[in-house]
Amino acid sequence: MSEPTIVRSTRGSRIAASAVLVLVAAIAAAPWWANSADLRLITEILFFLALASMWNLLAGYAGLISVGQHAYVGLGGYMMFSCVLFWGMNPLWSIPLAGLLAAAVSVPVAWLVFRLKGAYFAIGTWVVAEVFRLLAAQMSSLGGGSGLSIPVSAMRALGGRTERELLIYFTAFALSLGTLLLIWLVLRSRVGLALTAIRDNEVASSSLGVRIGRIKLGVYVLVAALTAMLGALIFVTKLRISPDAAFSMNDWTVFVIFIVVIGGIGTLEGPIIGTLLYFLLREFLADLGAVYLLILGAMAIAIMLVAPRGLWGLIVTKWDFAVFPVGYRVRMPRD
Amino acid sequence: MTDTVLDIRDLSVFYGNAQAIDGISLSLARGEMLSLIGANGAGKSTLFKAICGMVAPRTGAITVKGRPLAGLRPAAITELGVAMVPEGRRLFRSLSVEENLVLGGYVKRPGPWTLDRVYSIFPILRERRHQPATALSGGQQQMVAIGRALMSNPDLLLLDELSLGLAPVVIKDIYALLPQILGEGLATILVEQDVTRALSVSDHFVCMLEGHVSLQGRSDAFTHQQISAAYFGT
Amino acid sequence: MDWINVIIQGVLIGGLYALFAAGLSLIFGVMRLVNISHGDFIVGAAYVAFAVIQMTGLHPLVSLVIVVPLFALLGYALQLGLLNRVLGGDILPPLIVTFGLSIIVQNGLLTLFTADSRRLDAGAIEVESLNLMPGVDIGYMPLMTFVSAVAIIAGLQFLFYRTTMGRAFRATSDDGEIAQIMGLDNRKVFGWAMGLAMAVVAVAGVFLAIRANFDPFMGPSRLIFGFEAVIIGGLGNLWGTLAGGIILGVAQGIGAHIDPGWQLLAGHIAFLAILAVRPRGLFPRVD
Repeated sequence: MSEPTIVRSTRGSRIAASAVLVLVAAIAAAPWWANSADLRLITEILFFLALASMWNLLAGYAGLISVGQHAYVGLGGYMMFSCVLFWGMNPLWSIPLAGLLAAAVSVPVAWLVFRLKGAYFAIGTWVVAEVFRLLAAQMSSLGGGSGLSIPVSAMRALGGRTERELLIYFTAFALSLGTLLLIWLVLRSRVGLALTAIRDNEVASSSLGVRIGRIKLGVYVLVAALTAMLGALIFVTKLRISPDAAFSMNDWTVFVIFIVVIGGIGTLEGPIIGTLLYFLLREFLADLGAVYLLILGAMAIAIMLVAPRGLWGLIVTKWDFAVFPVGYRVRMPRD
Repeated sequence: MTDTVLDIRDLSVFYGNAQAIDGISLSLARGEMLSLIGANGAGKSTLFKAICGMVAPRTGAITVKGRPLAGLRPAAITELGVAMVPEGRRLFRSLSVEENLVLGGYVKRPGPWTLDRVYSIFPILRERRHQPATALSGGQQQMVAIGRALMSNPDLLLLDELSLGLAPVVIKDIYALLPQILGEGLATILVEQDVTRALSVSDHFVCMLEGHVSLQGRSDAFTHQQISAAYFGT
Repeated sequence: MDWINVIIQGVLIGGLYALFAAGLSLIFGVMRLVNISHGDFIVGAAYVAFAVIQMTGLHPLVSLVIVVPLFALLGYALQLGLLNRVLGGDILPPLIVTFGLSIIVQNGLLTLFTADSRRLDAGAIEVESLNLMPGVDIGYMPLMTFVSAVAIIAGLQFLFYRTTMGRAFRATSDDGEIAQIMGLDNRKVFGWAMGLAMAVVAVAGVFLAIRANFDPFMGPSRLIFGFEAVIIGGLGNLWGTLAGGIILGVAQGIGAHIDPGWQLLAGHIAFLAILAVRPRGLFPRVD
């Protein structure tokens, strides 16, 4: 008699993985088939994909429901501007520095907000983002409340128009997909297993020796650093920064949360589905303005009522399927 | 016959895929006391939860005084005359002794039990009525829990692990008061770890094993060996 | 004199912040729910009062007679129709649902009332004041707001500890399962709590709207002020919440006096400082 075997991938997931590889290759080749406007749209999609995946890691896996991640997007953006204005750096080289700064800042922030539990943690992170925004508005050398634009010379340092566009596009491509890959690797590692254990039962896993506090802190700091790096790059593409844009709760937190929740929180595929749906809806409904936001809000509520694991959760329960398997499954031998 | 207070037919309860109760039937009349015995995990507490409406049965029916409970919320079942002294007492910790008792009478069913009557049976509670309920000793807390259940003037009283965590002398006192408490024609189900004590105060018993009934009958009708075999499934 | 004035005005506005906080504190105490849309409903109440006044010509303070019961009903309906369905072990669903409500209320108000900022005109009382000492004037309106806040908190305190409804709140908060078998329907108990919280929200909204201009997007910062007052004062302590509101108001006043740009920042920093040294707030409930 044969034994049950334990596997990660299934035939379905291997086919899907091949399809994903083809898609990634197509996105990598976008500068050769897409025009400037499309390229900008793809860049933006990649940004949101990364932001959504990071929020998903934070809230869906580590149980840290932050509604203040715009703090780090803005921090990264302002760090990039500081590097360019004060030290004359190449805007793209400021990206790793933004990551380092955010990692350093996020430790004391975590020390404070981790004192708050559950929903109060959420609002605490929001206060922190408010403080960042208000502080940015106080810094007159960075444009104060009204903001400022990137000096033309700094952008020229990145080369001619075409060269610059390519450089920014590939940086966005590498940073976003690198973030996704990193999250996938984290979730496949022992840390991922520990996170799942914490999510399922915090008390039980702490008694099993899972160091909850350190793991949560690690995830928080990692996500803060990556978010700030992305923020730095986002404001390279925007060319202009102001406290309200850099620390925009709607852009960097509300939309991101809706993307994850509608797509499916706590799954790797969810944020991808959510991002695609979000951009699709935006193409058709963005003209509606406030009504568009009303629809998103109502969708998020509806999802929570009928399918808390989102659209991807619905697909999974129906077909037991994963494109990016992080768990294991037991396969029983056929008689 | 209106004397039947509780009637359970072919009851099955599941937690997810795990079956906690497997086809139980029993019935109880006014003035009767039934003891429910069985090892941990036999399904005794689940049965109480099903009667109170805290878990929904998958199959079977529970009727109280001829009224099917299916679909009723716990509060509605309480209004029909079911009260429970839960395992571990579970007093409201931010309420005083008296507030706990008054809350027990929230449904305001007519009957003999009033605050004064509870205090006359448990005089110590009158003395301590303004203290937080959880400041009392274990035995006194159990008195509050019993009083709280009686305040709704129930027809069916479920007593879950009356003696759990109490000193032997306190247990003796509480059991000594039981006849006085139950004298009014109440139907009672008693869950108790101390099988000998449970059998000594009840008319009938039901022994549960892995969710089903392994033995039932009059409390004095079986030998110790027969009950032990039914209890442990040997 | 300057500083005395700053502190007194800060204390008075602290009353308004305590009103923002009281409803938040109440529903957290009863059902462990944090309503992210709380601030948006405060602003929503201001707009409803605005509409009522437009239609009837009532004085803003008299409009409370309509707005308060309306919001109590709205709260009860919201709880029974929506929020009860997502309350449970997992904190994410209620958080996302109230977050969604927040976006819906903001954009609903924007659609109905445009982005123009509005104000409720309370007439002469707005400019009248009591001269306490040279350089220190206490406006009747801020004073009335503060006194109302104290009265409402005293009322909630009485309700919580002295009435049948309060007993039901405390019992359900202690042990919801056992409260149900005492005959309390926790869905309704939660409904009463939300109704009550929304009645306080309505009062807060009207006082806010008399005090300052309002627009559809100022809800989130009212939520944050309320939240900060709750945490500064200590969870579950209503008088602590009043103290928290006052501390926040005074901190903001001091900040603004130093530099107008530091008003909000000073409040947040006071909050973060207290969180750093007293994570359970200044007056945590002992239990």
